[in-house]
Amino acid sequence: MRHSFPFAAIVGQDDMKRAMVLTAVDPGIGGVLVMGDRGTGKSTAVRALAALLPPIRAVVGCPVNAARRRDVPDWAQHAEDRVRSIPTPVVDLPLGATEDRVTGALDIERALVDGEKAFQPGLLARANRGYLYIDEVNLLEDHIVDLLLDVAQSGENVVEREGLSIRHAARFVLVGSGNPEEGELRPQLLDRFGLMVDVTSPRDVDTRVEVIRRRAAYEADPAGFLRIWKAEQDGLRTSILAARKALPQVATPSDTLRDCAGLCIALGSDGLRGELTLLRTARALAAMDGASAVARSHLREVAPMALQHRLRRDPMDESGSATRILRTMDEVFGPLPAAAE
Amino acid sequence: MSVAWQRAIRAADALCVAGGALGGLWIRSRPGPARDRLLSRLAPLAPQKIGPATGDDALFGGADLIGSISAGRILRQEGILSRATALHLAMAERCPPALAARLAQSLDADGPAILLCDESAEPDEMPPASLCERVGMFVPLEGIGLSDLDAPAIQDLARARQIFPHVSVPEDLRDAVIAGAARLGISTLRAPLFALAAARASAALDGRDRVVAEDVSLAAALCLAHRAVPPPEDTADPPPPPDPGREDSAPGQRMAGDIIVDPARMALPPGLLTGLAVARQRADSVSGGAGQARQSTLRGRPLVSRPGRPDRGRIDAIATLRAAAPWQTVRRRLRPGDARRILIAPSDLHVRRYEERSERLVVFVVDASGSAAANRLADAKGAVETLLQRAYAARDRVALVAFRGDAAEVVLPPTRSLVMAKRRLTGLPGGGGTPLAAGLDAGLDLAIRARRAGSGATLVLLTDGRANIARDTTANRARAMADAEGVAARVRAERIPCLVVDCGTRPGAVLKDLAATLGAGYLALPRVGSDALNAAVSA
Repeated sequence: MRHSFPFAAIVGQDDMKRAMVLTAVDPGIGGVLVMGDRGTGKSTAVRALAALLPPIRAVVGCPVNAARRRDVPDWAQHAEDRVRSIPTPVVDLPLGATEDRVTGALDIERALVDGEKAFQPGLLARANRGYLYIDEVNLLEDHIVDLLLDVAQSGENVVEREGLSIRHAARFVLVGSGNPEEGELRPQLLDRFGLMVDVTSPRDVDTRVEVIRRRAAYEADPAGFLRIWKAEQDGLRTSILAARKALPQVATPSDTLRDCAGLCIALGSDGLRGELTLLRTARALAAMDGASAVARSHLREVAPMALQHRLRRDPMDESGSATRILRTMDEVFGPLPAAAE
Repeated sequence: MSVAWQRAIRAADALCVAGGALGGLWIRSRPGPARDRLLSRLAPLAPQKIGPATGDDALFGGADLIGSISAGRILRQEGILSRATALHLAMAERCPPALAARLAQSLDADGPAILLCDESAEPDEMPPASLCERVGMFVPLEGIGLSDLDAPAIQDLARARQIFPHVSVPEDLRDAVIAGAARLGISTLRAPLFALAAARASAALDGRDRVVAEDVSLAAALCLAHRAVPPPEDTADPPPPPDPGREDSAPGQRMAGDIIVDPARMALPPGLLTGLAVARQRADSVSGGAGQARQSTLRGRPLVSRPGRPDRGRIDAIATLRAAAPWQTVRRRLRPGDARRILIAPSDLHVRRYEERSERLVVFVVDASGSAAANRLADAKGAVETLLQRAYAARDRVALVAFRGDAAEVVLPPTRSLVMAKRRLTGLPGGGGTPLAAGLDAGLDLAIRARRAGSGATLVLLTDGRANIARDTTANRARAMADAEGVAARVRAERIPCLVVDCGTRPGAVLKDLAATLGAGYLALPRVGSDALNAAVSA
């Protein structure tokens, strides 16, 4: 298996990288949607992130990567008692995947050979405890989308067929990407993603040169390139792990709670999910920064990615939702101290 | 031997050298001797042929069901993706999005190189955008005659392959490729990466371990030309160079830029670039390839049957039996006394599904002439955007034609994207004469094209009816109106549903007559407002 491009070596795309790191700190944030042009390194970033994360401990042969023997589902036939380290799984869900391949289905081979009913796990099982990546998520068929929403919500995949009733854990971080010019996402699906970021190709030639230079260096000698970036990769990994540990201790002052609520009311964002995600993401950022409490500055930084996809769209408003959030933040919180100088 | 043919041969050789690093080769051509010759040049890659109908079994492998049943034991077949070194995708313009997604995934994971054989006839047909993006080089074979088809001697591939990994690109040439791509308006960063790989392959073919300017020119023609965004025609000033300061300080830079941009601009037959760009926009709005089809249980092209209940559609007997077959041993064992020949369980039932292209295209034909233009355009704009917001449910696509001066323009090609609509509708100019016939013509053209692609179409005409520019662009009121009536009769003959919205300050008989000719509904609304318009269109 080939190495992944090092996450730390990705040039620019700070919003996308930050969003992904924050979901790694707190998977409960619930997934990232990355919308933008082709060839901006969306899928590179997902794979790089998984490679950056520390390996997980999983029971050998367990189809859902269970951490302990007692969590292995009873239909799993080849699970052993040993536990070993495996890389954080990243599973691709391609367009047009059949329901059977996503949820798992009866194993037709075993039925033919042994006359036996056995369950063949699908993509959701393999993605458990890892990432489920959907490119061109806006073109996904509706019935697959419904199914994903349901599983992402419950953290459990249930298959009832041919007299078999199978259930297994399916907790994963959903990462979707797509090009907004090819079609919109249903609001229900938008809302399921914790964060949304827009990516564009870098316009500046020097940045583009740097992207290509690193890519070419990596292609020419992957192992050497990884060695050069090892220190930075290790540093980033250590801070993610430290942030995970610090997260429960990050205090949430009541001022911050009021700020959250005030901002969401001013923006008229739908439902409480936005407010919860905003707070959760800000906490993860505070943990990453080594702060002991969530402050307004954390909210400011993550509000666009946590809220922009939850606003009712105003067809007459030419500016994007992100701009509207920045404007509203200035109204609610007052202008940024730096801007006031 | 023509330049285009020489370049095509070079592209084929480069692919044989670099393989997956170039993603593949997009060949736009009808079947014929030129394409055959080019494909035979690619024989060292031993491409496996696949088509739009190739399914997961063949791609990924698995149990060979049919073979297993006749053999009485499990036969496995290996997937094409795991054993092929290259794939030949026939009729790539018909490739469905699902297959495109799998191939794109395979390319991202360093899978086999892909030859996209694109037989597109219409300017707005093209292979799925996700594949065009990941396949490095493009060669159009139109206009290459039999007399051009000399095959230059095949080069020493083994040696070129050996050199390829060690070929270096001088920094100034590398930067020139990147800057050149940016100047051509290419946003994807895959393009310069492919161009660099192609340049290195070209050097390797000549037995050099260092890229020179002519390798880079060739690479620009093969990898960058077709991705270039055509410069807007009506703006007089050329796009500013990305970094003028640097170019001044380094005169070599400008020269280096020219070896990219010029060959790229010359590589394509005139008009093709604009055609491709238009196709790209259209393809983007319908996701490319076979388009956004809707599944139905009653009509249309047959799709793979899905498990389902008989009240959800017609039962597919063969698929149902096929689903039941493997389980007969198991079921027999569970129910020993059952005398039925075949034991069918409810979960075996498969229902037929058909692909029905029942989406609807709403074409707004908007009068952008005269003083009231601003209001009308604002109304139409509001209506377009509101319709698109509802488009998740209704599956409507929207297009907008504006007519003013002496011509009509498709301002918004058919799209479902709100983002695109907003971008296109910002700052629409107004004023000038009223070429009603030209506007209707353009609208009819879009509607017919949509219908040919299988979707319904509706025309909505917003005007005050004072046509004064005839089809031949002369200012003749009587002829202009007669021309408009002429087009209207065609619209009616095509049975395209229509709505005429009269936004003149004094609605009059002229447009009522036109509506009658069109067989259209008529709505007199001096100041429509997008809400009223929407209600009328949705009704």
